[in-house]
Amino acid sequence: MSDSGTTPEERRSPLDAVHRAAGASFTDFAGWQMPVRYSSDLAEHHAVREHAGLFDLSHMAEISLIGPGSAEALDHALAGKLSAIAVGQAKYSLLLAEDGGIIDDLVVYRTGEDRFLVVANASNRDVVAAELIDRAEGFETFVSDESDDIALIALQGPDALAVLLETPGLGVEGPGNDQEDFDRAITELKYYRSFPATFEGEPVLVARTGYTGEDGFELYLAPELAPKLWEALAETGGPRVVPCGLASRDTLRLEAGMPLYGHELGRGILPAQAGLGRVVSFAKEAEFIGRAAAERGPAEDAPVLVGLTAEGRRAPRAGYEVYDGESAEARRVGEITSGALSPTLGHPVAMAFVAPELAEPGTALFVDVRGTRIPATVVALPFYRRAS
Amino acid sequence: MTDVTALQYTEEHEWVKVDGDTVVIGITDYAAEKLGDVVYVDLPAAGTAVSAGTVVGEIESTKSVGELFAPIDGEVVEANQAVIDSPELVNSDPFGEGWLIKLSAPELPTLMTHAEYRAFVGE
Repeated sequence: MSDSGTTPEERRSPLDAVHRAAGASFTDFAGWQMPVRYSSDLAEHHAVREHAGLFDLSHMAEISLIGPGSAEALDHALAGKLSAIAVGQAKYSLLLAEDGGIIDDLVVYRTGEDRFLVVANASNRDVVAAELIDRAEGFETFVSDESDDIALIALQGPDALAVLLETPGLGVEGPGNDQEDFDRAITELKYYRSFPATFEGEPVLVARTGYTGEDGFELYLAPELAPKLWEALAETGGPRVVPCGLASRDTLRLEAGMPLYGHELGRGILPAQAGLGRVVSFAKEAEFIGRAAAERGPAEDAPVLVGLTAEGRRAPRAGYEVYDGESAEARRVGEITSGALSPTLGHPVAMAFVAPELAEPGTALFVDVRGTRIPATVVALPFYRRAS
Repeated sequence: MTDVTALQYTEEHEWVKVDGDTVVIGITDYAAEKLGDVVYVDLPAAGTAVSAGTVVGEIESTKSVGELFAPIDGEVVEANQAVIDSPELVNSDPFGEGWLIKLSAPELPTLMTHAEYRAFVGE
């Protein structure tokens, strides 16, 4: 085990005072006290779909790799071919166990020829840092858990770009840095790309990534700088920018069909079961951890992840059982991993692991919602896709 | 406006208003706030006999499901159709238009006072 990132009982974000002043309700998330909502999770959800939402994600874990062997180390450590991405590019990846199970899902940013930033779930910070340190041994790279020194603010929604273009104090890193350079860089920035920017002269990594199904940006910066940037974005955005808590983040990612560790992903789940076979690069030469197991793939009868929709307003929720019929003799064929009444679509949506022969879109199933079997239909993911 | 100091309260975060031999039941602002946006309520139909401490309905938010307990023995006189149609009333006016059910009760309750309830939720 690594001695990095030992977490005390209750952690607070560098934006804690800002959230309290805004009247946020808090929830415990992986030992962190984070805003669950500010006023209404539905209003916050709709704000992201229609305008923009501001999220504090400072609880997320950031681990850096620096050194000429960093790309090679990540090819060995992770399921994807990280050496194939260019500087400024990002990639969604997985950290697998030897048996192919998912230890965590990650976004990896290549911030330099010899530099990467790995972003992991807060709950997996210690295990991801320890695994990366361990797996990088023998490679010319230095792995460092930077989580305490990096805050993360996300601005998500169709108005996010416009708000960032108007926000004062932003520039690009390097000489001749001014607002115009920033405007050009961010306008040209493609999805899953990042560039080194500045706010008030201090470094900010600006990435066009997110977890909401909308266009949007994630901004990595020093914790001391976070309250000032948060307030600048809120003030510039005015009514277009709504602070959003983790409750809306969860319904947004669910509509977008994005998996959440501990729900759709976990140690007992192989990538192919969760529909993430494409994230595993069998083409790469590197002998990465989990390769053999992932190549063998799940057992023929292993459950697979599907989307479900239902009518009415009662939502299937995590842990509810899925059946192939309405009668008492019906077979239990799966379990819900996440579910909610979709704020955007107005009907219940859920994800579930079900028997593979029942994974075909259109298949009729039943969910036991606290003693009542409600009919549900298998659908392709995502439930919601933004108009491009 | 409902005078919240005139209501009685339960440990399940429900309020009870005695109105003659009828009692009106709803959930408190504290409970509504904890639940988040209420999107569905399931209430017992008029005529249903209920007994104290049992689950008689559900209040569902985007995030979680809350149970409605009968605070006393009685019979359901009316379920609030307005709240069935517009569950958000539970959030916008928990002590008023967001009431849930009316019971006729043979014995009237003695529950927590407003001051006792506020102390119970640590306010």
